[in-house]
Amino acid sequence: MSHNQPIYTDNDPQSELVTLNLGPTHPATHGVFQNVLQLDGERIVSGVSTIGYIHRAFEKIAEHRPFYQITPLTDRLNYCSSPINNMGWHMTVEKLLNIQMPKRVDYLRVIIMELARISDHIICNTIIGQDTGATTTFLYLFQFREHIYEIYEEICGARLTTNVGRIGGFERNFNDIAFAKINKFLKEFPVALREFENLLNRNRIFIDRTAGVACVTPEQALDYSWTGPLLRATGVDYDVRVSEPYSSYDEFDFEVPVGTRGDIYDRFLVRNEEMWQSVRLIEQALEKLKKEPAGIFHADVPEFYLPAKEEVYNNMEALIYHFKIVMGEIDAPKAEVYHAVEGGNGELGFYLINDGGRTPYRLHFRRPSFINYQMFAPMSKGMLLSDAIINMSSMNIIAGELDA
Amino acid sequence: MAEVTNQAIIALLGEKFGDKVMNVDEPYGLLTFETTTDVLINVLQFLKENSVANFNFLTDITAVHYPEKKHGLAVVYHLHSMVQRIRVRIKVYVDAQHPIVPTATTVWNGANWMERETYDFFGVKFEGHPDLRRILNMDELGVHPMLKQYPLEDPNRVDKKDEYFGR
Repeated sequence: MSHNQPIYTDNDPQSELVTLNLGPTHPATHGVFQNVLQLDGERIVSGVSTIGYIHRAFEKIAEHRPFYQITPLTDRLNYCSSPINNMGWHMTVEKLLNIQMPKRVDYLRVIIMELARISDHIICNTIIGQDTGATTTFLYLFQFREHIYEIYEEICGARLTTNVGRIGGFERNFNDIAFAKINKFLKEFPVALREFENLLNRNRIFIDRTAGVACVTPEQALDYSWTGPLLRATGVDYDVRVSEPYSSYDEFDFEVPVGTRGDIYDRFLVRNEEMWQSVRLIEQALEKLKKEPAGIFHADVPEFYLPAKEEVYNNMEALIYHFKIVMGEIDAPKAEVYHAVEGGNGELGFYLINDGGRTPYRLHFRRPSFINYQMFAPMSKGMLLSDAIINMSSMNIIAGELDA
Repeated sequence: MAEVTNQAIIALLGEKFGDKVMNVDEPYGLLTFETTTDVLINVLQFLKENSVANFNFLTDITAVHYPEKKHGLAVVYHLHSMVQRIRVRIKVYVDAQHPIVPTATTVWNGANWMERETYDFFGVKFEGHPDLRRILNMDELGVHPMLKQYPLEDPNRVDKKDEYFGR
């Protein structure tokens, strides 16, 4: 053990502080998080976060894989909203290759990304409810996550780790059942979300537990590089979808909700409002889709887009392109590109360096959970243990994204 | 508010730091330049506090290893001006054998874990960092695994030779 290792146990008999190991597998923390806390009664005096329990070396693996094989790695970052990560990665490569997407593909991407955002926010907000003692709300809204997964299933066949889309578009068109399920979801979800809000928004117990707890000022949030709903809850209206629109987000009409105090209650409200905005975005995207030719689901870039299997077996060009793409021998420019998307937790960035080889020379993920989480231990100082637990829930830290 | 262009920022930096700001480029519209370790913190502080550029936000810190170069380790900073909606990428090249870079934790607290991650994977020593320990890997690892000399898998394994997979 190195000399600057934090001291976990306090052997001083005079001391009245208690050392508590919260985690790595604690039922209250919803994931693999270890925090060694020094407690004075129920108050936290100091804390040390230990992370890396599910580190899987994605950045190293990515250096040994062609571009299209990196999509499944991105699934496993924030696994509560995999499609956003998938699309972010596709868009990074498309930016590198200078591929323009047809409008219809952009709108389809908006639909699946906003569904993913809703499912991500459902998880976080219902768990805040659960941790403050409201199990009903958790069970009530959580079924809509299941409905979203059913929509994913129609679109790509998978539920959690979706691997949806390809570089240059989607692997297949959305089928009629998928659209029917999306329409059904849009009809039923607002009713349930309204009821969810009625149960919690003005609930005295809930407000007592969350309002004024773990307040963060905008200055602190920016100093700690917070992004996403956490930053917006402090009152900074930064959203990547607005500040650097990708996937035609600039054509859509939606609002960026902001909080005022940056406490847990504000974060909850911001996420709720974002779900309403996501519903609006999906409705607008469906409306825009009606004006687009129905058959288009990928860009016309045969040298980068994996051809359909029937094509590969019956068409010489398709076979050649299939071989080149699968062997990672596409002609990508030697360049560096940074692309950011608004993930469920904040700015999800991909820093890709291509040297013309079969695999990226270097790929770095800017993971919002990792960067947001570093404030957890410092901000827990002086907090009650039970407040720290809901504070962690409200930060929506996803272990897969934290540890990459 | 007037739009601030990349050229304006480069002019500002050139005025202040002269030839310490090198190899200016704009790949995909993202202003990129190199600087040296001795003025790095001044550059970051200047960009953060300058009222025109206003790069108030530290997006990311990472590193890249180029084993064939003399100064083979590039530490890369991404800054973001939320007001002007522009980003900038700053690179510092250091010797891969003795990679020492001053810490940016004096400018942004958020740099703490980003620098720990960079130290963990590349061995970059951030001078003045309050708590420079490994963060994702185990403390006993002994190497900095993202350096290019370390292979992805244990080369002594007999069941996973690349030739069996046509690689």
